[in-house]
Amino acid sequence: MSKKKDFDLVSTVGWTATAVLGVAAAFYLASTFERPPVTAIQWGNRGTAMELVYNPRTVARELPRHAVPAKEEEVDKSGIPSREAYQNVQVLGDLDSAEFLRLMNAITAWVSPQQGCTYCHNPENLAEDSVYTKIVTRKMLQMTRVINESWQAHVGQTGVTCWTCHRGQPVPAYVWAMESPQAGRRTRGLMSSAAGQNTVSTAAGLSSLPTDPFTPFLLEDKQIRVTTTWTPMSVGDNRMSIKQTEWTYALMFHFSAATGANCTFCHNSQNFGKWEGSTPQRVTAWHGIAMARAINNDWIVPLTPLWQENPKGPPEAGAAASLARLGPMGDAVKVNCMTCHQGAHKPMLGARMLADYPELDAVSLSPIPLRAAMR
Amino acid sequence: MPLEYQNIFTRVQVHGPAPNPGVPLPAGDEARLGKGTFVHLFGRFGEAQLGPIYLGRLGLLSIVCGLIAIVIIGLNMWASVNWDPIQFVRQFFWLALEPPPPHYGLRIPPLQDGGWWLMAGFFLTASILLWWLRTYRRARALGLGTHVAWAFASAIWLYLVLGFIRPVMMGSWGEAVPFGIFPHLDWTAAFSIRYGNLFYNPFHALSIVFLYGSTLLFAMHGATVLAVSRYGGERELDQTIDRGTAYERAALFWRWCMGFNATSESIHRWAWWFAVLTPLTGGIGILLTGTVVDNWYLWAVKHGFAPMYEPVVPGGVVDPLLAAGR
Repeated sequence: MSKKKDFDLVSTVGWTATAVLGVAAAFYLASTFERPPVTAIQWGNRGTAMELVYNPRTVARELPRHAVPAKEEEVDKSGIPSREAYQNVQVLGDLDSAEFLRLMNAITAWVSPQQGCTYCHNPENLAEDSVYTKIVTRKMLQMTRVINESWQAHVGQTGVTCWTCHRGQPVPAYVWAMESPQAGRRTRGLMSSAAGQNTVSTAAGLSSLPTDPFTPFLLEDKQIRVTTTWTPMSVGDNRMSIKQTEWTYALMFHFSAATGANCTFCHNSQNFGKWEGSTPQRVTAWHGIAMARAINNDWIVPLTPLWQENPKGPPEAGAAASLARLGPMGDAVKVNCMTCHQGAHKPMLGARMLADYPELDAVSLSPIPLRAAMR
Repeated sequence: MPLEYQNIFTRVQVHGPAPNPGVPLPAGDEARLGKGTFVHLFGRFGEAQLGPIYLGRLGLLSIVCGLIAIVIIGLNMWASVNWDPIQFVRQFFWLALEPPPPHYGLRIPPLQDGGWWLMAGFFLTASILLWWLRTYRRARALGLGTHVAWAFASAIWLYLVLGFIRPVMMGSWGEAVPFGIFPHLDWTAAFSIRYGNLFYNPFHALSIVFLYGSTLLFAMHGATVLAVSRYGGERELDQTIDRGTAYERAALFWRWCMGFNATSESIHRWAWWFAVLTPLTGGIGILLTGTVVDNWYLWAVKHGFAPMYEPVVPGGVVDPLLAAGR
């Protein structure tokens, strides 16, 4: 072989290999990585790699999602409480009747802008409780007040309104329901159970972690803590298993997606369990878990019979309201972090919407029957 | 010919007119399978001759056991996508055969609750151990040392610690690793989170040193031998006792670069020990996790090689569960 031919062969092989590798690398980069710039904000002690990572393009793209609707025009008080002005006012009786109308308009804009007043009211007789959604709304008004009064450890002074979850839809866009046992097990007979994981878990960032981290933690009260944090260490006290850790891990994936923040928003990833190295946001999130669990158990689950009777919404509303109210197991769709947060560390990026609607603080918390007037 | 070595691709294919059948086998051994053949493409990466293969009783048993394990794992994975062949391929990296839930402890669980996992693990272990015996016996049959078998044993040690020894010490099969691509990676991450960050486990650190060290040594040695092959440097073991210009130049290169050089004999012991120590130390680290140390970070703080950082906010954050109790 001459030196010339030798060189040709070497360079042909070399260039071909380079071209193939180049194409592969370009494909890998384009399909895997986010285009810069990435902004990193220091969030903890230096040297601990506690940073918040944001891409300004993504932030800009997501902005409209966190917009607040136009403020309902303020009204002058009429001086007449709504319980005197209207009939069958059960939870808003103390409210001034003019403000009552303002709140009704606001709720329509927040929850059923397309369906209008008749989504909850019988147009023939607005006071009647014949449409089940009116009863649901009463409970939801009470829930809103409870959240704003009793859960300030999570919602602070910012508070919540109907909009925080509903965003112009009768059923909030981000909800969850229990999986059917088939989805959890996915096999029959003697074949091995998949143990609620080992498929593409949309709840857990498309990993193979458990697909439903909500039932055990946001409905039931299963232990989330897995890491031993106490000193001196006592081996054997902590019986949490690696499998249980995977469930906690899946829940944390959900937190991250819901808040649009990475792990270090709350944790020093050096030792996830340690509270001393955590940020105050972790305490807020801790109360949020309890809050979501309370919302589901105290307010959503008790309303299930109403939705089971009307799985496609009020018949009067027609197809316009036919969003799923029930999951495959017949349980009501429930809230998780995403329901309010929708990818922002604070819902609507912390806009203080409640301050514009003091009417929501006038809701009476005296118990109301689920269907007293229905039958 | 020396010019053929002046690039990073394999350029030389040397073989006789017919495949080499190998040395005569000892009495009592099974016959080899096939006569062997030449494959040009293989010659571009290694030896052009393919076969004959010595399968023997151990090899056959090992392959049968391995196949049983793979079929058990595969069919259970396939069942978990309701026997849909498209979903089986599409979700393959997500699927797994999961070990029993922890509440079974070390009891034999029902088939659908980890029984298949236990069975697959048994057959896979049998297959691996039989294959180990095979590497030992074939080395002996050829009059070789048993270095390969002992290096393989080191990897088997890590495998056994992960799937058998540690779960037994922890009293639960549920501590073991699932069979699956992503699921075993999730298990790894969860393992580290549960036991307070494996990066503070000194045996994990040693294992990483030997792992990365292995790749470094491999690259240094491969590059050195290729670089001096124009002087006959590939006859490296001859040069252990009969040094020539290739050896002297290579040694000089490393002494110039870093003041010290391995010998053409010792470099192979360096490589062997680095490779063997990777799973050996890793296995020790896994074995101590959960059995002796429950939180590696706190362990490291206690032993003074991890700092306890200042709180993120003045005064620090207090566990709300404790705060509520106050």
